Amino acid sequence: MNQARAAILQRLRQGRPADFAVPESDFTVVRQRNWSLEERIERFQQKIESVQGQVHRVAEDHWIPVLIRLLAEHQINNLLLSENKAPAQALREQWHEDLPSLLSYQQPLEAWKETLFNQVDAALTSCRGGIAETGSLILWPDADEPRLMSLVPPVHFVLLQAKQIYATFDEVLREQAWVEQGLPTNALLISGPSKTADIEQTLAYGVHGPKALIVLLLE
Amino acid sequence: MSLQTIPLHSFDAGAQAALNNPQVRRNFRQAMDGLMSKRAAAFADWELEPLRELGAAIRLRALARLPELLEQLEANLQKQGVQVHWAQTGEEACQIIRDICQARGAKSVIKGKSMVSEEMELNHFLEAAGIEALESDLGEYIVQLAEETPSHIIMPAIHKNTDEISQLLHEKTGTEPSHDVDYLTASARQQLREKFMTADVGISGVNFAVAETGTLCLVENEGNGRLTTSVPACHIAVTGIEKVIEKLEDVTPLLALLTRSATGQHITTYFNMVSAPRQADEKDGPEAVHLVLVDSGRSAIYQDEALLDTLRCIRCGACMNHCPVYTRIGGHAYGTTYPGPIGKILMPHLLGLEATQDLPSASTLCGACAEVCPVKIPIPRLLQRLRKEAVDGDSLRPSRVRGHGVKRHWRERLIWSVWRQIHARPRAYRWAGNLLTRLRGLMPKQLGGWTRVRTLPKPAARTLHQLMQTRDAQTKTAQEPRA
Repeated sequence: MNQARAAILQRLRQGRPADFAVPESDFTVVRQRNWSLEERIERFQQKIESVQGQVHRVAEDHWIPVLIRLLAEHQINNLLLSENKAPAQALREQWHEDLPSLLSYQQPLEAWKETLFNQVDAALTSCRGGIAETGSLILWPDADEPRLMSLVPPVHFVLLQAKQIYATFDEVLREQAWVEQGLPTNALLISGPSKTADIEQTLAYGVHGPKALIVLLLE
Repeated sequence: MSLQTIPLHSFDAGAQAALNNPQVRRNFRQAMDGLMSKRAAAFADWELEPLRELGAAIRLRALARLPELLEQLEANLQKQGVQVHWAQTGEEACQIIRDICQARGAKSVIKGKSMVSEEMELNHFLEAAGIEALESDLGEYIVQLAEETPSHIIMPAIHKNTDEISQLLHEKTGTEPSHDVDYLTASARQQLREKFMTADVGISGVNFAVAETGTLCLVENEGNGRLTTSVPACHIAVTGIEKVIEKLEDVTPLLALLTRSATGQHITTYFNMVSAPRQADEKDGPEAVHLVLVDSGRSAIYQDEALLDTLRCIRCGACMNHCPVYTRIGGHAYGTTYPGPIGKILMPHLLGLEATQDLPSASTLCGACAEVCPVKIPIPRLLQRLRKEAVDGDSLRPSRVRGHGVKRHWRERLIWSVWRQIHARPRAYRWAGNLLTRLRGLMPKQLGGWTRVRTLPKPAARTLHQLMQTRDAQTKTAQEPRA
């Protein structure tokens, strides 16, 4: 194997054309978006709705009643959510028995894979912001909100702070200093519910991941 | 064609068969028309030219430092706990993957979409080693059930319509025949979920490998790529060595170009960035992550400053969507892993020109592929170069293409050498012209493939020179009385 490595690198080094002309990388075309906050919000909403994402704009202190209504509308019996994050704690404090039961991702996947895959109706996660240009949510799954929360349950609710909607992914990388602080195990952009067009180019949602992606946009 | 070469596949026969199949032609025509208009709409409010310039510049910058970036990628991934393997050939890559599976006692593999794994026929290799390999991308799953190969690099099952897929799923998995795409999709979801839960290893491709941060990026819509890279205890990513890019910021323009060029989407549902295996405090994700870097002919392409433009490709498929040849014959007629224009310039390097000698010629050189290519690969120019390699490779300095000169034939050489002599000497040219006008009645009616769809042009009764002489003489006579 090391032999293969050495051979490949040697071929590349020796064979590299001597005068390799590299044009300048001018990033202007993917930058220069002078959108106001309201424009960013509208664009985010329009883009994510164009791929069947749902957006509910709510006041920051009023999202829990809205979530409760949406859980009922989607006939959800249980909700998987974080143990430690502040919004999840606020929700747990206001919860009562008549509402769908609350679950948390306490054990490693292997210990409850069957249950996660077959019995969890919905999950609620936070995110690190949104992207207006493409209608995307930025997620860095962690021990408290593991990666399968946003993938396996059929419905995914996301809390997004309106003021955290950036114009472009390029802006996110710079503003949030991704390179400087180092990337997590897994980072994600999520733009709508899972979909496919592999059968005669007909769009179908919820092929492997969530069938519904519902954003609670906090203002 | 010299006698010692055995073509793996006759392009001509494949193309003829496809042209005679109205169903295949309808399926492709409809799909390609849709993809072309979606792409155009997706770029409508973009300054496309500067964006393509940027895409090309990023890919060229990465290729200029390819060996250094591969080392940087490896060092960063290793630091983050990812094991990196190198393979000179597809077969070596298959062996590495088999060994990783066997060391874990793995019996079943679930796969995300990966064209490199198609290229090296990984599924067959694993199955021969007693390891079940199941495709999880819906299109790949359909193609695998049908025991076929993908006919398009982005939409593997594009050659089939709903009827055919419904029938296939009914026969192979017992779903009820239905035209309801939602129903068909839901039943595939159910069947594949079981497999995701039990698979020992997940195998995926890579769209971009970022050297700066040691990050493997995957672009997808279905979520099967995320499941593949998150649920099984071991994830093996496999990629060609050319997929590396220098910086994380390079991702944005390439992603913007890739999804819009491929399917006309402003972004795919998931952009999945993997940098490490599961950490001590984390509760899911694979405990082991491997990256297999596959050369398989790529470093040979790299030796030639013109041909290395082939390595810029980000595998969007726009060239095939816009190709008048691909649209009419579909992907299978090419008989190669990568069909269409990109296949015609890539496959000769991967397989050698002996097996792919018809591909560079299977083009009208209309240039549509180069016009839409997001990283501005000069495909027609590369096709012309490969045509030259196929007949004249020995005289090229030095030819790097395996099987160069395979199409050279003494008769064709003789014809062109006579043609050159005649055109370099005015007297010989005149003599040959006169001869042709006299012998015009003796022209053959059939001339191989050329006359299959065309009438052979017949030399005129008089040459242009003769006509001009007559005209000059007449003008003189007409002018004389006035003088």
